[in-house]
Amino acid sequence: MAQETDEQQIFRRHCREWLENSIPPPPTVRLPQQAIGIMTLDQLGYLQRWQKSAYGAGLVGCDYPVECGGGGRKDCQRIANEEMLKVKLPYFPNVIGLGMAAPTIFYHASDALKRKLLPRLFSGEEIWCQGFSEPGAGSDLASVQTFARRTGDTWIINGHKVWTSLAHFASWMILLGRTDKSEKYNGLTFFVVPIKAALGKGVTVRPLIKASGETGFNEVIFEELEIDDAYRLDAVGKGWQVAMTTLSHERGAGQMVMPSSGSQTDSDYSSIAGVKEVIELSQHTFRPDGGVSAHDPVIRDQLMRLLIRDEGMMQSMRVHQVAALREHPTRIPLQGKLVVTELIQEVAELALEIEGASSTLYVADNNAPAGGRWAQAYINSFANTIAAGTSEVQRNILGERVLDMPKSK
Amino acid sequence: MRQPRDFGFDEQCVQLKQAARHFFQKKLPTQALHTLVADDPDPFRAPVARWDRALWQEIVQLGWHAVAIPEPAGGAGMPLVAGAALMEEAGRVALPSPLLTTLQSSCVLKACNSPAAHALLEAVVRGSTVTLAVLDKNGTHQSRNVTASKTDNGYVLDGFAYFVQDAAKSDVLIVRAGGLYAVPVTTPGVKIVPDHIVDLTRDQAHIEFDKVDAALLAEEGDAILRLSEPARLTLLAADMVGAAEWQLQTTVDYAKSRVQFDHPIGFFQAVKHPLVDLMVLIDQARALVYAAACAIDHQTDHADSVQAEKYARMAKASASDMASFASKKSTQLHGGIGFTWECFVHLYAKRQKHSQVMMGDATYQRRLLADIVMGIPGGK
Repeated sequence: MAQETDEQQIFRRHCREWLENSIPPPPTVRLPQQAIGIMTLDQLGYLQRWQKSAYGAGLVGCDYPVECGGGGRKDCQRIANEEMLKVKLPYFPNVIGLGMAAPTIFYHASDALKRKLLPRLFSGEEIWCQGFSEPGAGSDLASVQTFARRTGDTWIINGHKVWTSLAHFASWMILLGRTDKSEKYNGLTFFVVPIKAALGKGVTVRPLIKASGETGFNEVIFEELEIDDAYRLDAVGKGWQVAMTTLSHERGAGQMVMPSSGSQTDSDYSSIAGVKEVIELSQHTFRPDGGVSAHDPVIRDQLMRLLIRDEGMMQSMRVHQVAALREHPTRIPLQGKLVVTELIQEVAELALEIEGASSTLYVADNNAPAGGRWAQAYINSFANTIAAGTSEVQRNILGERVLDMPKSK
Repeated sequence: MRQPRDFGFDEQCVQLKQAARHFFQKKLPTQALHTLVADDPDPFRAPVARWDRALWQEIVQLGWHAVAIPEPAGGAGMPLVAGAALMEEAGRVALPSPLLTTLQSSCVLKACNSPAAHALLEAVVRGSTVTLAVLDKNGTHQSRNVTASKTDNGYVLDGFAYFVQDAAKSDVLIVRAGGLYAVPVTTPGVKIVPDHIVDLTRDQAHIEFDKVDAALLAEEGDAILRLSEPARLTLLAADMVGAAEWQLQTTVDYAKSRVQFDHPIGFFQAVKHPLVDLMVLIDQARALVYAAACAIDHQTDHADSVQAEKYARMAKASASDMASFASKKSTQLHGGIGFTWECFVHLYAKRQKHSQVMMGDATYQRRLLADIVMGIPGGK
């Protein structure tokens, strides 16, 4: 770990040189804070152009084999991400594809399917969404009821998926369905579904409005949708195992590193949760008695608490790379999702406290500090501690898989 | 200076950490620790230092007391990350020993950069144990609690020092009296009065100096103490992280074996989730300890030392909050048994409480951290 390979060093130089001349012009439309908040085709188009250009330069899909449209490199996505985080760039729009669908397809699909799907996933030309949650299957994901009935070489799908981010733009969905009602875990099978091609022909996508007032996620209804058996991943009845690959990557604990760009600032301070920005905010905001927030000792203490957690989280990723310093192989990666999302929520909450009366102003108000960014971040932060396994489910996973305590179910 | 991603934790460090874990766990299993330090529950018992001298001699034979001492003085010349790893393992067994004070004192002596300090480092390598007598009655560095006067053949000290750690296990005192002075504990006029303390795994004393001959180590005592503070904080925090890992693992084991309502209690989320939260706190504190140690090892200019101090204060703040949570949860989740003298958790809870306040608690560290990160209000 200490030394970078020749390949990594050369690749890092390549990334730097390419990025020097390839930073896209600023968008003409206002962008949401995260890819899953994309609402318009203008927003999507701008971000797709960026992803395609980065893919063209070899900064996306670096560690996947060449025949699947990847870079054929070894442990280089991490390098590309580090270089992309050092400059102010847009984020990639195809987050579900890059973070979850790609590794799942890579580990579980046929070679033909990998060659067919991965190149346009990496380039961002085809957007992906995830069909896991249902009205009756949230934290207890294995209770999904969307049913796939087999007829020869095709499957007929009926059911209802919810909280489906990006479904209104997606060409494809990864879908966890039930193929056997008599067994809970072993009755599940995993598919990739060409939803855009089937809109109005067995697939209906309807927007759900988020608590922030934004659209961006959807419900997707399947009525007698017919798909080819070639779109099944792994064996019938192995859907739960395939879903575990998806989920471990979603929680940041998978084998494949997700391509990622989109640092909010171009400073070299690599705060994940934006504590630095809140410290900055405190320098020019006021307490109700007129004192500068940054001079209030209690506010300072709160800021330092969050800064320490932010730094501790980043440094613990460094610990994870040193085998002799870690107590258990997945102990740190499995914490990532829980720790980051709770920290982001608390940072946004403190930012609002520091803004004081102005924190009441929302995104449409011309006087809203930072364009209402923190008010919006605060409301959206509740999605993060719920989506992809609630914080409660994360604590179960950590308690059971890392600390080996009995399963809570 | 650019810092290595792996903290500079090389093969030698790996071997030291593994050897230390194996050695301490074999030599001082928790039952043996309880027998050693908890033989007498009476709160009014005599304040006798309870420790295993023979075990300390073995540590000295292994050279671990001198890991952080530079090679020219005869030490192992290993980086502070090695010292932190060693302290983490010592903390894991709540080792009663002069290891922490000796490692911390070595950092002070290195910063003194004088022939007298070099000579004392050589004595440490040979097995002398050293501790710091630098605090006044309020636990601060503020007052001139000990004064030094120059005589024809050296210096003479008068006054009182307080909260001297592991004094009964130490051969030499480093005394703050304007400058820093070395005083062997056997010097005439030194009167060590043991404190009655809560922690069973340490001893502590206040010390009277009555016309005591002393050797000058450095003129600028406060500057040397400030310079060595990040390293001393880091070593202390490392001890706390090791102890907290014991608190976590022991409580997890209990939660897996104790059955109530037909389930091991670890089945219940009210028990499981706080243990996960403790694990997260430990990992953040541990990460900051090694980040601090690495930053101290690789500092070459002023910006580096500011960074090192930031990490060290973060490490101690983080470790103190972690220790507080670890002690509360390890005791609480053991239920009634956790409140008995026979249960081992109180040994660690008491050691952690002692460590939490030593060198400044979490709130204090965060205040100084804020001054570095945000500037001093109204200052500059």
